[in-house]
Amino acid sequence: MSGPAPWRLSAREVAAAVRDGSLSPGDAADAGFAGPGARFEGEVHALLASDASARKAAAARVPRDGVLAGVPVLLKDNLCTVDHPTTCGSRILEGWRSPYDATVVRRLREAGAVVVGKGNMDEFAMGSSTEWSAFGPTRNPYDPSRVPGGSSGGPAAAVAYGLVPVALGSDTGGSVRQPAAFCGVYGLKPTYGRLSRYGLVAFGSSLDQVGVFARHVGDVAEVYRAVAGSDPFDASMLEGPAPDVSGWAAGVRGLRFGWPANLWREGVDGAIVAALERAASWLERAGATRVPFEFLPGAFAVAAYYLLATAEASSNLARFDGVRYGLRMRSDELATLYTRTRGAGFGPEVRRRILLGTYALSAGYHDAFYLKAQRARTRIAHEYAAAFARCDWMLMPVTPSLPFRLGEKTADPLAMYLSDVFTIGANLAGIPGLSVPMGLEASGLPVSVQLVGPADAEPVLLRAARALEAEGDERNIPPGHEKEFAWPGKR
Amino acid sequence: MAIDRAEAARIAELARLDLPESELDRVAAQLSQVLDFVARLDELDLEGLEPTAFAPPHAALRADLPDGRTLEPGAATASAPEAEFGYFIVPPVVENLEP
Amino acid sequence: MAWEAVIGLECHVQLRTRTKMFCGCPVAYGSEPNTNVCPVCLGLPGALPRTNAAALAFALRLGVALGCTIRAESVFARKNYFYPDMPKNYQITQYERTLCEGGALPLAREGGGRAIALTRIHCEEDAGKSFHPERQGDRRWSRVDLNRAGVPLLELVTEPVLRSPAECAAFLTELRRLVRWLGVSDGDMEKGQLRCDANVSLRPTGSTTLGTKTELKNLNSIKGVERGVAAEIARQTALLDAGERVRQATLLYDADHERLAVMRMKEHAHDYRYFPDPDLPVLRVSEAQRAEATAASPELPWAREARYRDALELPAYDAAVLTESRDLGDYYEACVPPGEPKLASNWVMTEVMRVLKTRDWSVAEWAARVPAPRLRELLARVAARELPGPVAKQVFAWFLEQDGSVAELLERHGVRVAGGDEELLPIVRAVLDENPGPVAQVLAGRDATFGFLVGQAMKKSGGQAVPQVLQRLLREELAARTPRP
Ligand SMILES: [Mg+2]
Ligand SMILES: [Zn+2]
Repeated sequence: MSGPAPWRLSAREVAAAVRDGSLSPGDAADAGFAGPGARFEGEVHALLASDASARKAAAARVPRDGVLAGVPVLLKDNLCTVDHPTTCGSRILEGWRSPYDATVVRRLREAGAVVVGKGNMDEFAMGSSTEWSAFGPTRNPYDPSRVPGGSSGGPAAAVAYGLVPVALGSDTGGSVRQPAAFCGVYGLKPTYGRLSRYGLVAFGSSLDQVGVFARHVGDVAEVYRAVAGSDPFDASMLEGPAPDVSGWAAGVRGLRFGWPANLWREGVDGAIVAALERAASWLERAGATRVPFEFLPGAFAVAAYYLLATAEASSNLARFDGVRYGLRMRSDELATLYTRTRGAGFGPEVRRRILLGTYALSAGYHDAFYLKAQRARTRIAHEYAAAFARCDWMLMPVTPSLPFRLGEKTADPLAMYLSDVFTIGANLAGIPGLSVPMGLEASGLPVSVQLVGPADAEPVLLRAARALEAEGDERNIPPGHEKEFAWPGKR
Repeated sequence: MAIDRAEAARIAELARLDLPESELDRVAAQLSQVLDFVARLDELDLEGLEPTAFAPPHAALRADLPDGRTLEPGAATASAPEAEFGYFIVPPVVENLEP
Repeated sequence: MAWEAVIGLECHVQLRTRTKMFCGCPVAYGSEPNTNVCPVCLGLPGALPRTNAAALAFALRLGVALGCTIRAESVFARKNYFYPDMPKNYQITQYERTLCEGGALPLAREGGGRAIALTRIHCEEDAGKSFHPERQGDRRWSRVDLNRAGVPLLELVTEPVLRSPAECAAFLTELRRLVRWLGVSDGDMEKGQLRCDANVSLRPTGSTTLGTKTELKNLNSIKGVERGVAAEIARQTALLDAGERVRQATLLYDADHERLAVMRMKEHAHDYRYFPDPDLPVLRVSEAQRAEATAASPELPWAREARYRDALELPAYDAAVLTESRDLGDYYEACVPPGEPKLASNWVMTEVMRVLKTRDWSVAEWAARVPAPRLRELLARVAARELPGPVAKQVFAWFLEQDGSVAELLERHGVRVAGGDEELLPIVRAVLDENPGPVAQVLAGRDATFGFLVGQAMKKSGGQAVPQVLQRLLREELAARTPRP
């Protein structure tokens, strides 16, 4: 076939080519591995598992009429798959093979997508840099000395460098949006309860949501459409159909966006503040109105989150005990079998969070920590509700900084936690957030902004993201940084 | 809110985590740091607010019917570290009895 | 000093659902190990629970029957502790906002009709089973089967108001009858479908403060409860009499050796870190569901037992036996001929129950073979003195093997019942004529000889006469032959 190499195509273009017979699913799936994969993967390490024969077998089974026919996808390694191991980036699950597919994975396959492998991640999705993977860190494809963000760093980096056009991650406190921002791709965390969590290995059950990575807004919409919607195997889902995102290109004329500038008055990188200003002016140019207001600082959300998410995690991760699956450390005694297996199987950050969560729930501290954090969660949700009475979505940073260096924050857990200060609120309130790339800043690193809306505002967020996508093009990437790269430019 | 070494050890025991002696102090210090940070929740006015435990309100219950997920015989123990005759094998489960 | 026992029970009732509490795996007893399991009840990574509607309906039925307050919104919580039987290392149960609160179970027979107050009833999932240590040389290990993991349970907790081992046994017996009556559980203690723990403390008789309590586990039969609690009361009494203190402890009752053993516990072993399960929405009970549970609620066993005693005037023993199960009571009532409750009781308690026992049939199996109207027809003819006893028993035996009404069966087997006076009177007269000696004796007041005449008349009827009819005719004829003074 003529035209751009298959790996440069959008997911929708791949599916169209597969449907009209001009591209085979096998070639589509292999393209990313041959070109950009060969060039970047060795250094970036986005993949944990990629079984070429499983890929071939999956490609051979693709329903040619599917909306995602032949579209290669990478899955964060906490989504259960029958054809690849599911490790959650942890020694404790090394080599474990799920006997079932996660619901979102099943839906992707039914739509024709080909699972090409599993993406690296912070162990059990606990981290913001993908440095806490037991199988080695992922590096930022724009600068290998820097982190790709986390915890879905592998999928984000893979989409960025061109291995796959789309990927799924999970977002408990920003784990899709933050790596999307660091890698310069779109990253959607949907409304809680719209994407099934069945088969997503739980971290903080009341916060976890599967999210979508893509290089194009339209691809985000297409994948969301394929995987969203209620599932009888997940009782925590919202009733009724997921919102219709087919109008993602409808524009933003007449809509209002919130501008909580107090959030970035200090402590936020200048390049990010500049990107916010740029995004606001583009949105205004597209016909939306800016509504300035003050908003509750994110530090409260971080505080509540690190009690609630860890409390839930301490319970969710109790099942990894060396009895039914995964790692087992030998012992003649049950008690030490548990402690040794879990001590050896979990890395330092997971251990730290299990301890924190255990503490927050334990007798005598439950009310002072867990219950108070739940009340704070209610308060934070009220703050968002009040804001959305005045606007259709809020424009805000994804992260306070540009991608940081490997090792920069691993010794200081709190500093790492605070890199999620702008993303965690949406998880606590159960509302959608979308990370939107705004091009590369002067040093060549991606810079992004975040759109946060009320529950089920995905259609509006996608319209706003599309308005920004349509405004932006290579001219908005600072001069001297148009180097040839996976970044396909904004179409 | 400081967590000392003994407290860290107590929590580790509760969580069934083998924590190396050498790590206890460091973990205790890191947990204390996080708890200090978390104390800022006291600045929020939470008067009269109900705790939010889970986001979605009420899903329908499941009909009392098979759902096709029951595994084939042998599949449950296929990935077990140790299994025998279809059972998971663990070190002796004994009630700690005093006569 | 005299001591008074204060006992509270915690009972677990396995619900009779088709599938488990939070997944679609079958609830079955005796399957191959780890075959009734799926990602959910195995606690595999990523699996999520979803509540079984039938379990809730059963819970409501029991709650309504016991007069509990039903919460419109209750909450599932996680109880966190590590145990190899428990795949997730937490149990999904209810803690702070439970489904049912309060209520009481009346003890119809023992305890002078005392009602035992309940604290709460809640839904939870069962654990699997571990088979205790195997040994081979130095190696020791346990086997774990998770087939039972996730089976729906109701936990029912009483207030500490039971006073004696016998009362505990009566409570369990009554609870077992109720759960079977309502169809919510088979209540088979051998299969672990009804299990019980007891909290026992002593205090000086007349005191109102509570003493230190111990927890008694593993009381897996009604006898076991009675004996275990008695043993613990004896143990505590001996301690207190000796001036020692009772220490808080968990004890296991070993039914085989009838002895108690103390379980050693780590000091913080009970920090269960309960919190609401974020995977499950609030359990909401609508007005309609509550109304449905109330409507589905039958006449309760203790009420029916009282009715049998008071309205049907059955002996207390009969009333108790016939209300042992709802099927039996229903069957009994359906075969009572007008005005003959005791006759039907006799037949059900002897003939019917004998068959149930020898054939190991349920009442339903019996009723499928011999529907109540069929037995009622037979009993009606017995009551009307139309069938001699042996013939009635013979018909009953034919019921088991053959179809057909009573008349059809008699016809088919060529059994003629000499029922009417006009048929029997000639026989009676002939017997009196042929036996002048005995007649004279009877007339002279030797009533013992009357039986001989009855026997002769029966023989002459070819065994087809109803004895009561023969007797009446004989008496009438004899009276006619009595010489007038
Ligand atoms: Mg219980
Ligand atoms: Zn199951």
